[in-house]
Amino acid sequence: MIEFKLPSLGADMDEGTLLEWKIHPGDKVKPGQVIAVVDTAKAAIDVECLHESTVLQLLVDIGTKIPVGTPIALLLEPGEDPQSVKRTSPEAPLVIEAQDLSGSRPRISPAARRRAVELGLDVDQLKGHGAQGAITLEDVEVAAHLTHEPDHEQAMRQTIAAVMSRSKREIPHYYLSETIALDKAMGWLQEHNAQSTLQERLLPNVLLLKAVALALREYPQLNGVWLNNAFEPAREINLGVAINLRQGGLIAPVLHQVADSTLTHLMSELASLVERARSGSLRSSELGGAGITVTQLGDQGVDSVLGVIYPPQVALVGFGRISERPWVREGQLCVVPTVIGSLSADHRVSDGHYGARFLSEVRRLLQTPQAL
Amino acid sequence: MSLSMTYREALREALRDALQRDPRVFLMGEDVGRYGGSYAVSLGLLEAFGPERIRDAPLSELGFVGAGIGAALAGMRPIVEIMTVNFSLLALDPLMNTAATLRHMSGGQFSVPLVVRMATGAGRQLAAQHSHSLEGWFAHIPGLKILTPATVEDARGMLWPALLDPDPVLIFEHAQLYNLEGDAGEWATMDISRAKVRRAGSDLTLITYGGSLGKALAAAEVLAGEGIECEVIDLRVLRPLDDATLLASVCKTHRALVVDEGWCSGSLSAEIITRIVEQGFYELDAPPARVCSAEVPIPYPRHLEEAALPQVASIITAAHELCQGKIP
Repeated sequence: MIEFKLPSLGADMDEGTLLEWKIHPGDKVKPGQVIAVVDTAKAAIDVECLHESTVLQLLVDIGTKIPVGTPIALLLEPGEDPQSVKRTSPEAPLVIEAQDLSGSRPRISPAARRRAVELGLDVDQLKGHGAQGAITLEDVEVAAHLTHEPDHEQAMRQTIAAVMSRSKREIPHYYLSETIALDKAMGWLQEHNAQSTLQERLLPNVLLLKAVALALREYPQLNGVWLNNAFEPAREINLGVAINLRQGGLIAPVLHQVADSTLTHLMSELASLVERARSGSLRSSELGGAGITVTQLGDQGVDSVLGVIYPPQVALVGFGRISERPWVREGQLCVVPTVIGSLSADHRVSDGHYGARFLSEVRRLLQTPQAL
Repeated sequence: MSLSMTYREALREALRDALQRDPRVFLMGEDVGRYGGSYAVSLGLLEAFGPERIRDAPLSELGFVGAGIGAALAGMRPIVEIMTVNFSLLALDPLMNTAATLRHMSGGQFSVPLVVRMATGAGRQLAAQHSHSLEGWFAHIPGLKILTPATVEDARGMLWPALLDPDPVLIFEHAQLYNLEGDAGEWATMDISRAKVRRAGSDLTLITYGGSLGKALAAAEVLAGEGIECEVIDLRVLRPLDDATLLASVCKTHRALVVDEGWCSGSLSAEIITRIVEQGFYELDAPPARVCSAEVPIPYPRHLEEAALPQVASIITAAHELCQGKIP
């Protein structure tokens, strides 16, 4: 293949404007044939071709200004197969007119570009706040900061979103609630705490957790996971405890073997769990293996909570605020501390009747706090 | 040792000191003797040192600069005063073709220990033949050292080390500075090779010298109030340029603004920015910028002259542009 280049048509010619093509693709060219007319600074000049050839492709449009030496046409030598030669795109960079280069590269300062490379940031993803929208060092630093710090929060939010959406999409929830008198439990607790050292003192939360755990012994269909279209009961009574984090979001680490633990042990485990959840130093063993989750929003002052089940678990127990409420006992109106306990349960695994009996068992257990 | 005085007095004390210290030193120029200097720098020196050492010269820069070069070659230590930088062009031939070249052309056999002082700059409505800032032109010439005292301390201290230099040194005194009051500070141990950081800052480097230093410092003060901390560098020496100080600052601030009363085309400001880009390209967080004089002969009317020169407001505007997007 012959690349026919614009010849110099005089010692002082360094560029020319193509005025006319005298050939077309497929034409046979004889040596000495005029194939184009080019305007130089001085005159329109006929350009001759000295090769016997066939025209394969014209590379330059009429009216284009081109430097001497630029290929303007591709010619096939006699016998050459047009299929075997590679064609040049007609958009090949032949034009020497000024090109608009803006937008071809992100506007970013040299220092910012270097810093972005150091931090492994993609400059195309950065937004610039410098002059004319240029990305500055500070934009890079801010982006890096965002990627590392608050992104953690965003990731947690997205995880919660995915898990809760899945729960509401897949789990047919049913909800039950019951107001439970806690006068006996609170009385016992007060007495216990009065006789205990600071380390041994208990919070009412622990009684509630222990009651739930013991009730689960009798109602195992609420403790386990739904996997592969079947319920797998949990082997142990491990409670997930929903803990809200100060920076936002929540996490539900696990208290193990709650039914078999003493209240004092549970209290210290719970305190440690909350502290480490909030400082971000939970152990991996504490992040899985719960068969049910307990959420307590009493601190926030709400009466009750109807929670969303944490899949693949099949139930969630909620407790609202412990509060003194009017109560009728043996025909007498009195005031006792109460809590509204609720159950959100997976209808694929259990029915409302079963759930109601579970809640009654929790209530029953809380009436004999000394046995917890 | 510290002493408050004007820039003019500091220059005069420096002259007096040099005349006393070295009998080879003499001052020569138009009106330096009987008249006391067109800016009154040498007032009283004729009476103190006599006409042999305080020599009034005829109106011929070509002649008396040439005579100064001859005296320097013959072992004297002449200080030649040229009334204003525009007139120095009449002496460009001896300065460029003789003073700056003889050491090289003689293979080191001759040196020209000449000091030339002259006023430069605008701001006093002296119109287009007395107001330009051409020191950048002289900074183009190998073989010359170019000093631009911008403070009373430098005015007091630069002359003596300049006289000790075996090669020609040109000192440019901005005419707006003569009445500046200040402290002569550490004049006795003056370095004439380095630029100085006149104000430390972290956000933007303002590079300037001579008559523009005060404007740059005033702008830096305003900008600091807005949360933009400027580092202000006084070049002090235009040739050879102190690249190290410039680059150290740009590496810290990542932004550079040159303030120069010279024009920008083919100028000292262009040279400074080129060096910053050559040596600190990857440190830059914004395109380096300049505030220079408008590319016109300096106008006579006050409002036009003010409009033609770098001003505090134009420095602040340029700084805002450079620091756009910076969170104060």
